[in-house]
Parts: sequence; structure tokens; C-alpha cells
Amino acid sequence: MNVLDLGAHAGFIIASYAIFVLVVAGLIAWIWLDGIAQRRALAALEARGIRRRSDVTTSEPVAKIEPGDVRGVR
Amino acid sequence: MALVDFANPTRFVALTARVTPWLIALTIALFAVGLYGTALAPDDYQQGATVKIMFIHVPCAWLSMFVYATMAISSLGTLVWRHPLADVAARAGAPLGAAFTFVCLATGSLWGKPMWGTYWVWDARLTSELVLLIMYLGLIALWQTIEDPLKAARAVAVLTLVGVINLPIIKFSVDWWNTLHQPAAVFRMDGPTIDPSMLWPLLVMALAATCLFLTLHLLAMRNEILRRRVRTLRLMEAARPGVGSERSA
Repeated sequence: MNVLDLGAHAGFIIASYAIFVLVVAGLIAWIWLDGIAQRRALAALEARGIRRRSDVTTSEPVAKIEPGDVRGVR
Repeated sequence: MALVDFANPTRFVALTARVTPWLIALTIALFAVGLYGTALAPDDYQQGATVKIMFIHVPCAWLSMFVYATMAISSLGTLVWRHPLADVAARAGAPLGAAFTFVCLATGSLWGKPMWGTYWVWDARLTSELVLLIMYLGLIALWQTIEDPLKAARAVAVLTLVGVINLPIIKFSVDWWNTLHQPAAVFRMDGPTIDPSMLWPLLVMALAATCLFLTLHLLAMRNEILRRRVRTLRLMEAARPGVGSERSA
């Protein structure tokens, strides 16, 4: 059996696998770039002295905000 | 450490860093074995070599429903326990589910043209799968529309749970209606009807695709947690004494 012999409909088979590879590559690139962007944004904020209460180890007071402003993160 | 401790976002991010390399290695190994089996699998006596499309079409179809089911379970976590990680899991899963559903529809269309003579028919299975893609896109749009994460989480969770009704419709559409799409061939009461030479590569490819989803989902969840931390810190920065007066000066 020749595994490379995809018959008369080879174009449909190759196109299917190409779509899968392209979509997965797109997902990987998006997640990778998004991770870099979020880490950069976090580092920039921390460099300006903005840290979560749980991350603050000095006696410097952190900004006071209302509980409703920090929803969605623990 | 109990399993429930990993529900803490900070611990979850640390866990992600440890688990991800192993998951990536497992995913690559499974795809290597699955693709090797796919290459060796014989042509179908009716469909010829086009049956090779099955090895990516079917795993993507399974994942399109599996991802939605995980989002529905996460939505329960959002509504019942109001746990922020539940919404993070649902939000990170939606683009992945949409992508797998798109691949399922696209590869099914490419498989349909040589076998059915058409790229698309308004068949019950195809239409319900298209509805699933539209639902994924609608949920992503709803998250983007509502700025408050808590309000968005609740609204999306309710809509996600309503959409669960589509999953049994997709699964049983080929039994309930006369469709052009073939009936189930793997998960059947009387066992699979696929020859073992095609079944094992299909199952390995499905496992590989599931591991791929788990890997990408963990990484997307980590990004979402970081995104929410960034948002929180920006709000803290805006609320700092003097920030408003400096801007107005």
C-alpha cells in the first residue's frame, strides 16, 4: 500500500489537513502572543509600584478601591 | 494539598507551569502515533482515500461538543458557587470550541463534496453543528460586550446552559431525522461498526486532539487569569490618591 497515493480526491484530503494545521497553529500563536502581552502589561504595572495586596511585602500602603472594582480575580 | 486548593487562581497558574510541558509532550507523541496509524489505515471500500479526512473531522466533531459540555459545567460553577476560576475556564474554552467546530464543519464540507456531490446541505446534523458554531461566537461576543466581568460571567453562564439543549440534538440528529450524514459508527449500543484497522488510529487521534485541547485550555486559562490581574491593577492605579487630580490639572 502506498501511503502517499491519495487517489483522485487528494486535493480535498490535503485541504482538510491544511485547515486543521492552520487553525491549530493560529490558536497556538494567539495563546502565545496573548501570554506575552499579559505578562508585559503586568510587569509594567508592577514596575510603577502597582501590586496586589497579596504581593505587597513592604509597609507601603496600597491604593484603596471598592470591592466591586476587583471582581473576577482572587 | 487537596484538589480543591488548585481552584485558587495563583496556585492554578503554578500548577499550569508544571503540567504544561508534560501535556505538550503527550500531545506530540499521541499525534505522531495517530498520524502514523492514519497513514497506514486502508482506504475505505466505498469512499477510497477520502476516509482519511475522518481522522481529523471526527475528533474535531467530538471536541466541539466536549468543549461546550465543559463550558456548561463551568457555567454551573459560576452560577452556583460564583467561583472566578469557573468563568475563567468557560471564557478560555469558547474560542477553542469555536475553532474545533469550524474545523469540523470545514473538513466535513470538504469530505462531503466528493462523497455527496455537494459541500453543504441543510441536513439536521450539519445545521445543528453550524448552530453550535454560532452559539460559540455569540458567547464570545457577549463576553466582549459586557465590561463588568461578574455581570458578563452570569449572563454568559445562563446562555451557555440554555445552549446545552443543542448537544443531544447534534448527537441524535442522525437518529431522529432522515439525514444525509451517516449515523454513529463508534459510540453505539452494539459496538463500533468501523474496522479495527481504522478504529485504533481514530481513537488515538481523538485522544491526541483532546490532549491538545487540554494543553491549549490550560494556557488560555492562565492568560485569562493574568488579564484579570492586569485589569484589577489598572483599576487600583486609577484609584490611587492624586491620580484623578493629576489628570485634571
